Amino acid sequence: MRLRFDFWNQLNTEFMVKYLPWYVDAAKLTVAIAFWGILLALLVGVICSILRYYRVPVLHRIVAVYIELSRNTPLLVQLFFLYFGLPKLGIVLSAESCAIIGLTFLGGSYMAESIRSGLESIEKSQLESAASLGMGQLLMMKEVIFPQALAVSVPGVCANMIFLIKETSVVSGIALADLMYVTKDLIGLYYETDEALLMLVIAYLIILLPVSILASVLERRLRYAGFGN
Amino acid sequence: MPDSGINVLFLGKNFLRLLEGLWVTMRISLIAVILSIPLGILFGMFMTLKNPITRTLSRVYLEFIRIMPQLVLLFIAYFGVTRAFGWNLSAELSAVLVFTLWGTAEMGDLVRGALISIPKHQYDSAAALGMTKAQTFVFIIVPQTMRRLIPLTINLTTRMIKTTSLVVLIGITEVLKVGKQIIDANRFDYPTAALWVYGVIFALYFLACWPISSLAKKLEQRWR
Repeated sequence: MRLRFDFWNQLNTEFMVKYLPWYVDAAKLTVAIAFWGILLALLVGVICSILRYYRVPVLHRIVAVYIELSRNTPLLVQLFFLYFGLPKLGIVLSAESCAIIGLTFLGGSYMAESIRSGLESIEKSQLESAASLGMGQLLMMKEVIFPQALAVSVPGVCANMIFLIKETSVVSGIALADLMYVTKDLIGLYYETDEALLMLVIAYLIILLPVSILASVLERRLRYAGFGN
Repeated sequence: MPDSGINVLFLGKNFLRLLEGLWVTMRISLIAVILSIPLGILFGMFMTLKNPITRTLSRVYLEFIRIMPQLVLLFIAYFGVTRAFGWNLSAELSAVLVFTLWGTAEMGDLVRGALISIPKHQYDSAAALGMTKAQTFVFIIVPQTMRRLIPLTINLTTRMIKTTSLVVLIGITEVLKVGKQIIDANRFDYPTAALWVYGVIFALYFLACWPISSLAKKLEQRWR
């Protein structure tokens, strides 16, 4: 066994500088996929949670099935089905679209559950008081339910965002040149394993740390916004 | 017009091979969960220590494992550790290692959450009854934390099963890889096989995880 305590001294900095642009491009792709995936997942999540909250006939059952399907299967399997399976039905999607659709399919259910837990934390007395003031459903949602539900939902939604950014790492499985793909490529081509892995870790830290810190700051501030507890 | 791709599943031992492939990831997640539970309980207790050094150490470990995508951890274990220590870790062993480290961190955080949720008066009352520290722990604290922990641990198992699907990306022959082999072998006779094979793998994962997560949800509701 040969322990390498001189890890930092042996790093090939020339190599790292040379291939930095590869990582920058890959990080841009990772961020772009995560951005669109999260945005669409939020949209799907809001729609699904409202359908579930108001128990819209038929639709809320469909949403329930979707949530179970999406939460109990891995993203990689979903992506393989979208990317390799669907073309056999004549539905050909680019790898990028598959990644975004897959992330939306996965994230939508997680977002829906977080948002719904916020909506359902609102006590009945709140709704009854609003109704007795003559508020309609829409006004009640806007002025009473939504602001209070937000404080409960945000920590979950933020955790889901971080989860979804992390999940983008599997898109290398459908040949998208994200951070994982570039790293594997460089290890395979040049065998500069330490450098490639170090840059990979740093790239993910640069993307994820600010989001994670922002999430915990937001969570702390919102804790004071909760009503009546 | 060639046969429908669904028939490819009933050719020879294809379906059985898919199930065997699924078992490969299941086995990794089972071993990792079984190792993570005791290690996580210890780690969770370790995290509740008041010592600032142990606190920082456990915090850094937890945050690093949490913030890195599991695939990155797999790459570090599979490509990095092999090189750094000169160990020849097989892909499967590195997967077990990574998922145990990850499971320990997650389980530890669950245990810590459960432990700090016990109000202080429980300890004080136990002391007032003349219980020793060990007795308090065994008869007062553990039974109360169990109710919280069991559903969360079951949930962790489904997360583990879902996440171990990543191991195909470090070259382990599991269900997705077997599926690809079946599709490639039947490319000309059954051109639409991919749809059915990946559809079935999707269904298999669902059938594996859904009962477990439903059980967790039921227990959580009952024990609230």
